Amino acid sequence: MIRKAVRFLDQRTGDAPLLRKALRYLFPDHWSFLLGEVALYAFITLVATGTYLALFYSDSTKDVTYHGPYAPLRGQHMTEAYHSVLDISTSVRAGLLIRQTHHWAADVFVAAILLHLLRVFFTGAYRKPRELTYLLGLGMLMISLLEGYLGYSLADDLLSGMGLAIGYAVALSIPIVGANLAELIWNGPFPGTDAFFSRMYIAHVFLFPALIAALLAAHLGLVALKHHTQFRSEPRQTQRKIVGVPMFPGQTPRSLGLLLVTAGVLFLLGGLVQINPIWLWGPYHTYLSTNGAQPDWYLGWLIGALRLVPSFDLTIGGYTLVPNPFWGGALFPLIVFGFLALWPLAERRWITHDYGYHNLLDRPRDAPLRTAIGLGMFTWVSMIFVAGGLDRVTVMFDVDYVTMIWVFRVAIWVVPVIVGLIAHRVCIELQHGEESERMRKRAEHRAKALAETTDVI
Amino acid sequence: MSRARDLLVSTAVLLFGRGRPRLPERERIIPEKPGRPGWELVAVSLLGLGALAAIAFPLVYGLAKHIPHETQFLGLSLGLSFVLIGAALVVTGRHLIVTEEIEEDYPAEEHPEEQETLVQVVEESGDRLTRKRLFLLSLGGAGAALGVALLTPVVSLGPVFRVGPLLGTPWRRGRRLVDEDDRPWRASDIEEGTFYTAFPEGADKEDLGSSVVLVRLPKDRFQLPAQLARYPADGIVAYSKICTHAGCAISLYRTPMFEPTDPKPALVCPCHYSTFDPADGGSVLFGPAGRKLPMLPLSIDSSGGLRAAGNFDGPVGPSWWGVRLWKANPPS
Repeated sequence: MIRKAVRFLDQRTGDAPLLRKALRYLFPDHWSFLLGEVALYAFITLVATGTYLALFYSDSTKDVTYHGPYAPLRGQHMTEAYHSVLDISTSVRAGLLIRQTHHWAADVFVAAILLHLLRVFFTGAYRKPRELTYLLGLGMLMISLLEGYLGYSLADDLLSGMGLAIGYAVALSIPIVGANLAELIWNGPFPGTDAFFSRMYIAHVFLFPALIAALLAAHLGLVALKHHTQFRSEPRQTQRKIVGVPMFPGQTPRSLGLLLVTAGVLFLLGGLVQINPIWLWGPYHTYLSTNGAQPDWYLGWLIGALRLVPSFDLTIGGYTLVPNPFWGGALFPLIVFGFLALWPLAERRWITHDYGYHNLLDRPRDAPLRTAIGLGMFTWVSMIFVAGGLDRVTVMFDVDYVTMIWVFRVAIWVVPVIVGLIAHRVCIELQHGEESERMRKRAEHRAKALAETTDVI
Repeated sequence: MSRARDLLVSTAVLLFGRGRPRLPERERIIPEKPGRPGWELVAVSLLGLGALAAIAFPLVYGLAKHIPHETQFLGLSLGLSFVLIGAALVVTGRHLIVTEEIEEDYPAEEHPEEQETLVQVVEESGDRLTRKRLFLLSLGGAGAALGVALLTPVVSLGPVFRVGPLLGTPWRRGRRLVDEDDRPWRASDIEEGTFYTAFPEGADKEDLGSSVVLVRLPKDRFQLPAQLARYPADGIVAYSKICTHAGCAISLYRTPMFEPTDPKPALVCPCHYSTFDPADGGSVLFGPAGRKLPMLPLSIDSSGGLRAAGNFDGPVGPSWWGVRLWKANPPS
């Protein structure tokens, strides 16, 4: 049977040599190498659930009156888009499950990419020859953030409308071309026309997913061509020799298992843990907003930045040149992604002067400066992320909001530096500890050998 | 009867009997390891449970009309099924399949000979050209021109060169203020300590230039600059409802109703907590907004209805580079 099938395919495709190599492709074993895989499986879940949702979603902004099963909204004016998402949530069987699973999958997708990025950064996996793989990954992260934003904007409930208004303001704030760009995207002044929703829809269900899929293919292709990095956990593992479990039979059931478990956890979340109950927010109108609005977690850093920036426009003679949303909404992410994209270059140009080829990973302590700068940067972004939720702290613990904002406006510049300095010190200490441990072992060994020889004498 | 029994017994033996298929005698690729019937049982049980959970899904789906918490049960059955079958595969991978750790060489760092061949092929391919620079320039130029041509239709997406409409509002001198259901606001409707939303009569309410907030303040509270002194009518002031920071609607009114009455009354946007002072023409008290809230001049007609006495004193909504195109047309 197996022989027959293999022969059939080989005669028609000539795949046997390729397949033989693929089956024995090696995967080094470490839990942190699975983070990227989880992102991939969340993406698969997103495509599958998203396709189902697209069968019922309408991108029309035509004004309709609600007469559906959810009583509190009956008689309200809303767009057909919001109406269709309400229907998915209340009338389409399994619709709410799929919608919530889709939403959870998006949150997990970005979280997995972020953790994967942290792993790659702090182990130096981005070094030569894998710089391109790293840049492709960064590109996917950026597109994923936009993709997620478009996804919850399409529902056209009150929260998505508020999110779009902020997006519009950020687009508008871009120097020189802002107004033209915003007019182009929204097809006129906010809230735009019917065409704007068609554009978001095609971007969300085709353009961006196709782009992510293409980048993903290139990303995985590059990983396969250059093989995976590995930690030096045993002496066999060197710059030249990779040690790992072959794709088949060892890795295949594990990876498939991880795919199913990831999808399963997402469905469990989608079924059991409510997320974005759009029927509670109601339809969006430009003149409505609600307090306590929070975006999905992966945009929290941007809302934090928008909230922290003090009242400041770049003005000349009373005229605004660069308006405030630019600093938090555009410049801040530009700095963060710019740092991430340029770091590999900067590190070898100014810090390590290391232009060598690296298949072995560093532990964070092996590169104290990288760990310090990376952790400082991470602390900076994390604190700004927390600042985006300070209003919740006010509500829950009755701490004055204005005071907290002022504390954060200062702390985000101080704490990351302290964290970086401490991290640097800890790395050095760990290195010293290892060094003295090695010396102690060597001395012990020598003493023992000496004792043995003296014994003989 | 006995044949049926034989069939049952033989099936049972085939399914549950232990034994491993005999492979031809040859040098093995995958090392031989002893069987692990215990883990096999775990994997088979997990698969069975996963199948049961999967079967539950269509059942719940079919009965959805008759059971409460349909979404929860659907998610539970589908999710558990995935997780259980996934767990079975993980057990298979970790315990039932030989996971050899093997080593091999990393791929070559580079291929100098192939590189050289590539360079040579490219170099020699253009050898016939006598004016290489001109040719490459033409090729690049044609490509760029075609690129520009293909990008041109992007302009149709929106009114790129017409950003003037961003500044327009429906407000005109004499335009009536109405509520969400188009009922006219009367000055006597507006009380202290709360805020109201108003629109220009007959205009599109979604237009960023339409919605305004109305608040009434004690007359001794006002600290308006001279050019705005005539904007309130009978202690009522109107400001654009769209935050000048990021375009959200200003839907919070901070009014301490009893001592201590500090901080003073303020209009707040819930998106980024920009806070504006309604007593001095809408200046920024706190938060990221870089520009004051535009104020709408009001008047009261003979029947007590609120009307606009002109347009806003500044551009409405979030700012942009060209916000300086704004020309104020204050009430005469």
